Amino acid sequence: MRSVLIQDETTLPEEGRQAGVAEALVTATDVTRRYGVEGDVCVRALRGVSLDVGAGKLTAVMGPSGSGKSTLMHILAGLDRPNEGEVTIAGTDITELGDTELTKLRREHIGFIFQFFNLLPMLTAEENVVLPLKLAGEKPDREWIRELTSKVGLSDRLKHRPSELSGGQQQRVAIARALVGRPTVMFADEPTGNLDSQTSAEILELLRDSVSTLGQTTVMVTHDAHAAAIADRVLFLADGLIVKDLGSSTSHEILEAMEEVSRP
Amino acid sequence: MMGVTLRGLAGRKLRGLLTALAIVLGVAMVSGTYVLTDTFQKAFDSIFEESYVGTDAVVSGKKLVEFSSSGRAPVPDTLLREIRALPEVEAASGAIFDLQSNSNPAQLVDADGKKIGGAGGSPTFGVGIDSRELRFTPLALSGGTWARGPSEVVIDANTANDSGFGIGDSIGVAALGPVEQYEITGIAKFGSVDSIGSATFVVFDLATAQNVFQKERHFDSISVAAKDGVSPEELVQKLQPLVPATAEVQTGTAQASADAESTNEGIAFITYVLLGFGGIALFVGAFVIFNTLSITVAQRTREFATLRTLGGSRRQVLVSVVVEGFVLGLVASVVGMFLGLGVGKGMNALFVAFGIDLPQAGTVFATRTIVVSLLVGTTVTVLASILPALRATRVPPISAVREGSIPPPSRFAGRVPYVAAGTLVAAGAALGLGLFANGLGTRNVLVLLALGTIALFVGVGLLASRLVKPLAAIVGWPAGRFGGMAGELARENAIRNPGRTASTAAALMIGLALVTVVAVLGGALRNSTEGAVRDQVAADYVVTSQNGFDPFPASAGNAVAAAQGVERTSSVRFDQALAAATEADVTGVDPETIATFFDFAWTDGSDATLGELGADGAVVTKSFADDRDLAPGDSFPIETASGKTLEVTVRGIYDPSDLAALLGVVTIGQEAFDAAFPRPRNLFTFVNVNGDTDEEAASGLEQTVAGFPDAKLHTEAAFVTSRTAEFRTILNLLYVLLAFSVVVSLFGMVNTLVLSVFERTRELGMLRAVGMTRPQARRMIRHESVITALIGAALGIPLGIFLAVLMTQALSQYDVAFSLPVVPLAIFTCIAIAAGVLAAIVPARRASRLNVLEALQYE
Repeated sequence: MRSVLIQDETTLPEEGRQAGVAEALVTATDVTRRYGVEGDVCVRALRGVSLDVGAGKLTAVMGPSGSGKSTLMHILAGLDRPNEGEVTIAGTDITELGDTELTKLRREHIGFIFQFFNLLPMLTAEENVVLPLKLAGEKPDREWIRELTSKVGLSDRLKHRPSELSGGQQQRVAIARALVGRPTVMFADEPTGNLDSQTSAEILELLRDSVSTLGQTTVMVTHDAHAAAIADRVLFLADGLIVKDLGSSTSHEILEAMEEVSRP
Repeated sequence: MMGVTLRGLAGRKLRGLLTALAIVLGVAMVSGTYVLTDTFQKAFDSIFEESYVGTDAVVSGKKLVEFSSSGRAPVPDTLLREIRALPEVEAASGAIFDLQSNSNPAQLVDADGKKIGGAGGSPTFGVGIDSRELRFTPLALSGGTWARGPSEVVIDANTANDSGFGIGDSIGVAALGPVEQYEITGIAKFGSVDSIGSATFVVFDLATAQNVFQKERHFDSISVAAKDGVSPEELVQKLQPLVPATAEVQTGTAQASADAESTNEGIAFITYVLLGFGGIALFVGAFVIFNTLSITVAQRTREFATLRTLGGSRRQVLVSVVVEGFVLGLVASVVGMFLGLGVGKGMNALFVAFGIDLPQAGTVFATRTIVVSLLVGTTVTVLASILPALRATRVPPISAVREGSIPPPSRFAGRVPYVAAGTLVAAGAALGLGLFANGLGTRNVLVLLALGTIALFVGVGLLASRLVKPLAAIVGWPAGRFGGMAGELARENAIRNPGRTASTAAALMIGLALVTVVAVLGGALRNSTEGAVRDQVAADYVVTSQNGFDPFPASAGNAVAAAQGVERTSSVRFDQALAAATEADVTGVDPETIATFFDFAWTDGSDATLGELGADGAVVTKSFADDRDLAPGDSFPIETASGKTLEVTVRGIYDPSDLAALLGVVTIGQEAFDAAFPRPRNLFTFVNVNGDTDEEAASGLEQTVAGFPDAKLHTEAAFVTSRTAEFRTILNLLYVLLAFSVVVSLFGMVNTLVLSVFERTRELGMLRAVGMTRPQARRMIRHESVITALIGAALGIPLGIFLAVLMTQALSQYDVAFSLPVVPLAIFTCIAIAAGVLAAIVPARRASRLNVLEALQYE
């Protein structure tokens, strides 16, 4: 079983890990992304973004609509390709990988949490949780599944299907599914965007807890200041560039920063 | 509102196209059937009409016995002189020319003794015409001269083309005797017809034809032309007094339609059979349309809800879906109608491949074809769209703003099991009545069987959604076990929408059930027939005609009897006659030898009875005796096709198998037969050889038989299987015709999968995001498809077996025993799997090519 924090030695140089450079499990260097052809209809979603995601940390990416925050996440997760620049995950340059290698990389290194949960309706909660392992042809570790499902608070809901679960419970299943493979990095795309404030708070607490107790490196895209307030670091994007980089902040500070970056 | 509907339809072209294909094929079969049979009809009509062009009246033998192989009684040539002497007669001519029976068989052979033409039992006939009076003949020379004298012939243009024989070549012809060599002096065509199918004909001069067909001093018919001012009807009246009792006189037109009668019946039969298969394809198509529209209606819930919020009424929603069905049906029907032109050609090619080669003329595209095709295709589609349309009307406006809302369940949903049960009971009643009630008449039985089977399919289709889960668990087991997670997901996907999977599978079920019926019933009939033949015959070799059912020259039997190494033979003569005033097969056996080879299942008498046949004794079958209340000692008359009557007395009664009665219902002594019947021919010659039935014995006999191209030598085992050869051809033809409905259901499967993939776009995106590879995505769709197909097989094959068991039960009085043909059923299962894999190709590619990012953002 892979370790949560330290990746196999072949992909990471020994001294790098010691020096702390290795803590940048996900890096982006001068990433640009354009949609459409050059000219009037061309949208420059990212205009040269560089960042390191710290290991064992929760990084929030914020920004107004159209700032490029979703594009950035998609590119970091290998779902989209940059026009220029380099993205590495656990030391591997993913921008040159083919579809099969990318899929394998996602299996090993990446977990996803979606705004709309995206559970398979015909599978039970437990089956949804172990889905990534089954797709990779691995046998789920019983003990780990038990531990994980109790951690996300699903122990008594394992045999339920998504239609029998509340939104919050569905998102808990999704979080367990993202964590089940002990990924190098977990991406959460507006994880509370479809939940009421009470449930949102519970889900955020769970996310924070998985970072703190499991050391799960996490990147969360959100426009909710309350969500960003649980992060260890908050990046602000505007017009395709990182314009502000805060450490752990309160929601009040974050709202102020948002005001600032949104100002034209 | 109408604009919205049509715009919407145009926006979903691929989906529309896939849906329409299901109807296109069915309509194409209907249209193709009409095109094909109309074309046959036209060709035959011209053959028969042109046969009597310029002929005002025809004198020919009376048709005393339908289907007699010795034909009608010929008319004496003295009559011709009397006719010519009449003042009303412009010209008259006699001919040897018989379109109603095969009394003038003429087989062409090349120098090596190989047959030319006549493959698969197609007609090969001889004609004798008076080359001095050509106004009456439908034949026209396309090169050379007419035959003169006993060693010249003219052959038909098709045969000349196909075989490479030409004017000046020498060619062998076997008529009623062994092969004789003739010189080809000309090539002839039959009127204006492009082809008279695979028929070959040989034209002799009149005297030669009379000689080779053993009709010396006689004609098959005399054609007469009236002087100007004399109508054909008047001419017939004037001729009437001259005509002997065994002959009749008709106008040329009447004669043409009389000649055409049995052909027209045959064409009508072919038309009904092919239309039946077109109907099956349309029925399957209706399932597919219903299913596709149901899915699209469900997927367009939000669209309908939006229309409702904007002020659309339920009625408008209903109309919009029905209009969509109408437009789809109409377009599909138009396409299908034109495709029918190709399908007609294809079906003809199919017939030719199965040895049924019919005459061709210019393609006929009748108004009736257009009307029926458009009407049937459109009606079926509109009917299939009504239920989905009603479902669309139940979408509440609130669905426009609610995520993932579905239309409320039908008011009838709860009653489906009752409706299904009712339908199944009705199906059972119709089938039971049709199969086991007495005295309903063939037509009513067929209607009941058809209705019962349709009801059975609908009933099972309705129940199928409840069977999907358990069946998927069984047929999906290998997928889950060996397909990894993709296989497991496929199984889950197959059952998440049981109604959809059920009606997709039901479409395939219909085709598979019907091929199963054909296989099981066909297998049972074949086994039972072959068993019955085996029980009756014990011979080293059997000589028959090429097709086994027509008689062959008696001289062939005599030659075999004289061949070296032959220990004993027994020939069976055969012809049709009027026995006790009804048409019946009559056989003539050699009382001395027949019991060695043939086992009579005596109910009254013994093999010793055969010795008492003499000149006026007969052995009859039990059913013949029962129907006419005949007991040993009773007498009845036999009237032959030539008009001779023979009074016979019943000496013995036996009860042969109904399936494989080798002898006629009436069997008389051979000497009596030869005296009563003109030009006697053999049905069988049984042969025992001295010593072993080894290659040496066979090759000696083979050589003897080779001199008679009409005759064919079989070992006993080969003889047994040859009795079901035609039957196997028909089975294969049925398989091919049913394959159409399987193809239609294939479109249904593609449709459902494409729509499901479309519907699950975001889900597929998620799966890909969490680590599903492209091959896994493809495998998932493929497994789902195969599972659906196997559910179709799991429903269809048992259903087919059930129907076949019912039918064999109904036929058990004819000694048909049920047996399970394991190999064909295994093949059908493999075909279902292949269909599943095939149907999944396009949807699986779509699923695997999905852009993950777009899929995740898709709504």
